[in-house]
Amino acid sequence: MATEHALTPSSYIEHHLSFNSQSIGQGSFWSLHVDTLVMSVALGVITLGLIWWVVRGATAGVPTKRQAFMELVFDFVDDQVKNIYHGNRHAFIAPAALTVFVWVLMMNAMDFLPVDWVAALVSAIGGEHTKWRVVPTSDINTTFALALTVWFLMIFFAIKAKGLGGWIHELFCSPFGTNPLIWPANFLFNLIEYVSKPLSHSLRLFGNMYAGEVIFLLLGLWAATGVTGTIAGAILGAGWSIFHILIVALQAFIFMMLTVVYLAMAQESH
Amino acid sequence: MDINFTLVAQAIAFFVLIVFTMKFVWPPLLNAIETRQKDIADGLAAGEKGRAELEQSSKRASEALAEAKVKASEILALAEKRATQIVEDAKGTAKAEGDRIITGAKAEIEQEINRAKEGLRQQVSTLAIAGAEKILRKEIDAKAHAEILTAIANEL
Repeated sequence: MATEHALTPSSYIEHHLSFNSQSIGQGSFWSLHVDTLVMSVALGVITLGLIWWVVRGATAGVPTKRQAFMELVFDFVDDQVKNIYHGNRHAFIAPAALTVFVWVLMMNAMDFLPVDWVAALVSAIGGEHTKWRVVPTSDINTTFALALTVWFLMIFFAIKAKGLGGWIHELFCSPFGTNPLIWPANFLFNLIEYVSKPLSHSLRLFGNMYAGEVIFLLLGLWAATGVTGTIAGAILGAGWSIFHILIVALQAFIFMMLTVVYLAMAQESH
Repeated sequence: MDINFTLVAQAIAFFVLIVFTMKFVWPPLLNAIETRQKDIADGLAAGEKGRAELEQSSKRASEALAEAKVKASEILALAEKRATQIVEDAKGTAKAEGDRIITGAKAEIEQEINRAKEGLRQQVSTLAIAGAEKILRKEIDAKAHAEILTAIANEL
């Protein structure tokens, strides 16, 4: 509980669910969530940098324990991609899948940090009313950014595999047939598909992480009501954390799998 | 739910991370793993080859052993034959040598006998002369009667 005055449940939750937003121009679009950006970039750089540091001197002989662990992760991702995509996966899709998995996993894992400890640390550094959200994937901007990047890559690979003409032909002639009379139906169908893919991709992750954060906040609220609440909140918080380990890993995995599936599907003909 | 420039920044960060993984993380690991896979496959193939070679060479060894056995028995038979031959030869040589010794001894004995006979003859003739002298009580002219004496001596 970072604030000792006017502590109402709604102000507590509002405080914890507000971004550290900095305006960089006119209009509501031209602002940056500094917390999201700093956390996600730091996590990406640290995690992938760590992996890079380990695999830089990767040996084909007897691997070190660190290298063996990285190979385990590598093999896990590579196996998934191998089952879905049958082209040269090492050129792009498998590395992309590894990036997505590791990065999203780490960003999700920030949910395990106790919300009020983070708030206390942030207020100690930046003042009492500094806002800082520590889970980048509970920011819709992050999940949309990932999903839209995948979406653009998907279109790029579709055009690369089939040619621009082939791609447009597919927009109008699949899945129902080439008859000009059903072109609108085909196009509508494909349009829905192209819109729904990034939406479901990003909102699934966002929803899970956001809900997880809100539940942690509610448990924190309960802990503020007295001794009984503290004990109950602690027990339930521990339970939810343990369950959340599953959600964090599962959502990262699902996000990776969907990325691979979308990119693989883009390169196959219907 | 406010979409803002964070989205663009995050997308750029995401893309940069993908490129980083693609360029610096994935290739060394892939390379190490594939090299190791190849090494293991090579090792297994070499082991298989070694086993086949071992089998073959053990077959060859047993063949050589059998051949050596045959050769050894041949040599043994030859040696036995040779030994009997040597024994036979030695027997022959010994017999010839013995015969030679016997012949020599016989000749010597003959010579000895003749010599003794000669000696006896001399003595007998001397005795005969002495006896005749005694009988005649006179000296016999040795020269005059030498012919007779020689004849007597030869008769003895």
